[in-house]
Amino acid sequence: MSDISIVEILKNLWSGSGFSLGEPLQIVMIVIACGLLFLGIAKKFEPLLLVGIAFGMLLTNLPGLNTEANALFHSAWWTGEEAVANGVDYLNILQHGGLLDVLYIGVKTGLYPCLIFIGVGAMTDFGPMLANPKSLILGAAAQLGIYMALILAITFGFTGEIAASVAIIGGADGPTAIFVTKTLAPEKLGAIAIAAYSYMALIPLIQPPIMRALTTKKERMIKMEQLRTVSKAEKIIFPIAVTIITAILLPSVAPLLGCLMFGNLLKECGVTERLSDTAQNALMNIVTLFLGISVGATAIYSNFLTPDTSKIVGLGLLAFCFSTAGGVLMGKFMCWITKGKVNPLIGAAGVSAVPMAARVAHNEGKKWNPDNYLLMHAMGPNVAGVIGSAVAAGFLLAIFAH
Amino acid sequence: MLFLLGEGTKFTVPQGLLLALVGFVLVLVVLAVLMGFIYLLSYVVRLFEKKGKGEETAAPASAEPALAPGSSGDIKLYNVDDRTAAMVMAIIADELQTPLNELRFISIKEVTEEGK
Repeated sequence: MSDISIVEILKNLWSGSGFSLGEPLQIVMIVIACGLLFLGIAKKFEPLLLVGIAFGMLLTNLPGLNTEANALFHSAWWTGEEAVANGVDYLNILQHGGLLDVLYIGVKTGLYPCLIFIGVGAMTDFGPMLANPKSLILGAAAQLGIYMALILAITFGFTGEIAASVAIIGGADGPTAIFVTKTLAPEKLGAIAIAAYSYMALIPLIQPPIMRALTTKKERMIKMEQLRTVSKAEKIIFPIAVTIITAILLPSVAPLLGCLMFGNLLKECGVTERLSDTAQNALMNIVTLFLGISVGATAIYSNFLTPDTSKIVGLGLLAFCFSTAGGVLMGKFMCWITKGKVNPLIGAAGVSAVPMAARVAHNEGKKWNPDNYLLMHAMGPNVAGVIGSAVAAGFLLAIFAH
Repeated sequence: MLFLLGEGTKFTVPQGLLLALVGFVLVLVVLAVLMGFIYLLSYVVRLFEKKGKGEETAAPASAEPALAPGSSGDIKLYNVDDRTAAMVMAIIADELQTPLNELRFISIKEVTEEGK
């Protein structure tokens, strides 16, 4: 019988623990993850996703959980040279992968963003947009930030694929940003998802100064006419027709818009209440849970703590600002064309972030005219923005996806 | 020419500008097409609804206002549909920070320009 030394046991425990395997940059990532958890929990910044993303980030950066045997997520299996050259080995991942590897399959295949879009569609009322179809133009104009960010990202020297992924942050639509990035620049997924969701949470701080800078007091006080009632037939035909029209015009947009419209059809057709309820609640919650934690897992210190991340964060903010400005300026143009019947503030709601952007436009209008009730008017551009950002994503995928 | 560029290509700024311009115009065009479609759809649906209404015999107009189920008793609605009434009640409850079932609405009337 060999002697067992207490010192040897402790030495072995120490050498196998995260304390001896850790690297200083992992500590930085843990601090960042805890900071994001604070923002999500204490400040309620998009908590449903940010808490999951931050916790995924925490799990994947813990010292001791980054060895081949213990890892919950193997970054190299997804974005390493072999994976890029020969494609992802899903069989190996299912046989030997960690928990987060298995969950990440839903991101990589585009499953989660599409399922989330079914839920979003089931929760969205396109009525205000159908009642005022001109709001689609506001939704289109508010995609300006995507293209301004694309130009800036190219100027900063990013490749086309990364520039497109950074640019889509300007669409203010998390699932769309994830869908584009997982295809074009999966190594940047963590940074882009965090930037997109953080800025969406900061919309009430980012948008109002831009809205005020670009409009006059008189314009902000404009009261808009009541919207017409939209018939049930219109609400049922719309999602079917949009799917046909957009998928024929731009096939790459079909997964996202198809799912959005399918979810909406479940809500509007009136014969699938149970499915609509599941899409809005159970399905949405489960997918949000998986999506958050697996996206956060991609933010590993070696690919997150780079100068590119700070550029992405900066460009994302600019993209949001340009998108807001694009919507407001188009709102001003429509105000001028209609001789003061459109309040330009509703243009800012053209960035997708539903319904927060519409609420910001409403609150801003109310500040200047307490009798003003812009919420329903702003919901039109808001839901149009979801379609607009999906179309923009389809365009970028059509150009850059190989 | 952009379509011929390979994976990981870095674009020049003029190429980026062209790409952004084409992309932005495309979004505007697709959404403008949808806008046109919605106008067409609402026109056709309203046409069918008018036709359907024409075939029905006109119901005698009632002097009494429509009654809508309220959260506390019944509400008299004057030229206001149920949906709008529900929205008005929800807004008032939200503004007052009071649960809807603790408020009592007697009537809701649309104020027209002539009625001012």
